[in-house]
Amino acid sequence: MKQDRAGTETRWRRFGDSYFVYRLRRDRLAQLCLALFVLMMASILAAPWIAPSNPYDLAQIDLLDSELPPFWLAGSEPGFPLGTDAQGRDLLSTILYGARVSIAIGLGAVMLQAMLGTALGLLAGYRGGVIDTLLMRLVDIQLSFSTLMMAIIIGAVVKTAFGGAFYGDYGVVILILVIGLSEWPQYARTVRAKVLVEKHKDYVDAARVLGYSGRRIMLRHILPNTLSPILVISTVQIANAIMAEAALSFLGLGMPETQPSLGSLIKSGFDYLQSGSWWITLLPGLFLVAFVLVVNLLGDWLRDTLNPRLPEGPL
Amino acid sequence: MRANPMALLEVEHLDVRFPLRRGEIRAVRDLSFSLERGERLGIVGESGAGKSVLAFSLLKLLSRPGRIVAGKVRFEGRELTSLSERQFRRLRGNRLAMIFQDPLTTLNPVLTIGQQMIESLKAHRRLSTRRARIVAIDKLRQVQVSSPERRLEQYPHQLSGGLCQRVVIAIALLLEPDIIIADEPTTALDVTIQAEIITLLKRLCDEHDVGLIVISHDLGVIGQLTQRTLVMYAGRIVEQGPTREIINDAQHPYTQGLINALPQMTLPRQRLHQIPGSMPTLSEVPSGCAFNPRCAYRMTPEGLPRRDCIENVPQPVRSGECQVACHWVAELIAREPSEERAT
Repeated sequence: MKQDRAGTETRWRRFGDSYFVYRLRRDRLAQLCLALFVLMMASILAAPWIAPSNPYDLAQIDLLDSELPPFWLAGSEPGFPLGTDAQGRDLLSTILYGARVSIAIGLGAVMLQAMLGTALGLLAGYRGGVIDTLLMRLVDIQLSFSTLMMAIIIGAVVKTAFGGAFYGDYGVVILILVIGLSEWPQYARTVRAKVLVEKHKDYVDAARVLGYSGRRIMLRHILPNTLSPILVISTVQIANAIMAEAALSFLGLGMPETQPSLGSLIKSGFDYLQSGSWWITLLPGLFLVAFVLVVNLLGDWLRDTLNPRLPEGPL
Repeated sequence: MRANPMALLEVEHLDVRFPLRRGEIRAVRDLSFSLERGERLGIVGESGAGKSVLAFSLLKLLSRPGRIVAGKVRFEGRELTSLSERQFRRLRGNRLAMIFQDPLTTLNPVLTIGQQMIESLKAHRRLSTRRARIVAIDKLRQVQVSSPERRLEQYPHQLSGGLCQRVVIAIALLLEPDIIIADEPTTALDVTIQAEIITLLKRLCDEHDVGLIVISHDLGVIGQLTQRTLVMYAGRIVEQGPTREIINDAQHPYTQGLINALPQMTLPRQRLHQIPGSMPTLSEVPSGCAFNPRCAYRMTPEGLPRRDCIENVPQPVRSGECQVACHWVAELIAREPSEERAT
């Protein structure tokens, strides 16, 4: 396929004229959310360059700086705009670095969920019969446990099996696996439902008439037609995964405090609430809530935009 | 040697059933016909006569729980019903192609025309993408699509219905099949486009020596497009013969009913003719001649029901150039002139 400059320019113009941009232009809330989202993502991604200090570098931490308040309170120091935690780490830097970990886990877990759930949902929906029954009963069984409980069980098993040190070293990978394996049924159900609709459409018959194999029909013909619900639940699932990670970390099954995520940061501050250092818990908590809220609102907006059958306006 | 060594496709005593919990549906019953290379064959009948099931069973693509219970389908003398799924997949698209009713839903909405055409070529032939593109453009030209290079980059929703149907025909032609099955190829199109598509199909079949099976409930389409016609009722062929004969001089009471129901057969300001009743459900086909409850001739002139019609399934009998499955053909033909005078 040729991609000369004229091609990219028309592609940009076409994007500018699209319904997507049209909807975005007339929705203030979506604009605000998108702006906040971009701002947060940019500062998170640029953390190594914009953060005042590196919370992972033990040489930069001085225990004497511990529990300093944020800048608007008496006793704050200019080097630590949002104060410090109990170990003397700059809170702003720790939040930014922690959010990196949280989002990495969220994205990784959602990718795992999406791949697993989509593959199994596609298979169940297209093949039907015994495969469908088996997979959907598995989904039912898994959905009858709370996902957090599933994650706690898997996490606890891993922790006892491999030991706490291992858990600390591979925390990110383990959390991705734990959250990914406990939330895939959402995808499997949604994709299966959509496949059941799509597979009776004429283009699937036409593909079969052209002599394509079942795998080719599933992956190349049906899968692209199920992408919009996958995209929409992915936004919700990213928010869910980040919250699940925070919850697990809060319960002590998440990231170690030496390499904190937002959740373990909230937890580490929780012990100091009584001693008056409320900011260690509250500020990362606020950041988490804001991020999840923005992602959820964007997801809602995306769902409304991608599904023109829904009535205009809030539901 | 078989009776007809020329036949491209031979169907013998085909029987298709759908075993359901509430009883068995027999969609195609003891059906036989043959198709020559380059021949255009029409299959007509009301909805539910089993036309589409027949088409899908020829391609071995019956949806569950349907299956071919008995009969043979021979393609170039090769038995198809016993082929494995993998062997059959090589024939589909490649040697046997199919065109569906609604071109807009037949094309995958999220793939460009080019992607769909090139995929089909590459699935069956060892071709580079560039070669496949050239073939695709050539085929689009053959079906008279304007600026084919640009069409390859477009999505189905960017094309009109007529244009889409041309693309669908081009995809069917891509691999130069021997048989094209067209299931209501013009039903979703408006009348002017219909005429264009019919001319196009006719020309392409002649040029490529393709055997065409047209399934339709529209006798107009069948009349313009085909040389020979099968009339189906409740899974059986009730009449078959040259299309011209069938349209001008229908012999089976059902075919007569169909032709009388054409709006052209009615004088202005008169009520349109119709066949009383409706096609029986395929699970509850009446005994004897399936058409007997709706047949105008099921009573003797004295007003008694004819026992043959209720008790025995009529076998096809040669009558002129056609084969007609009716117990009373001979009598009907003899009576017809007087009837026509009466109406």
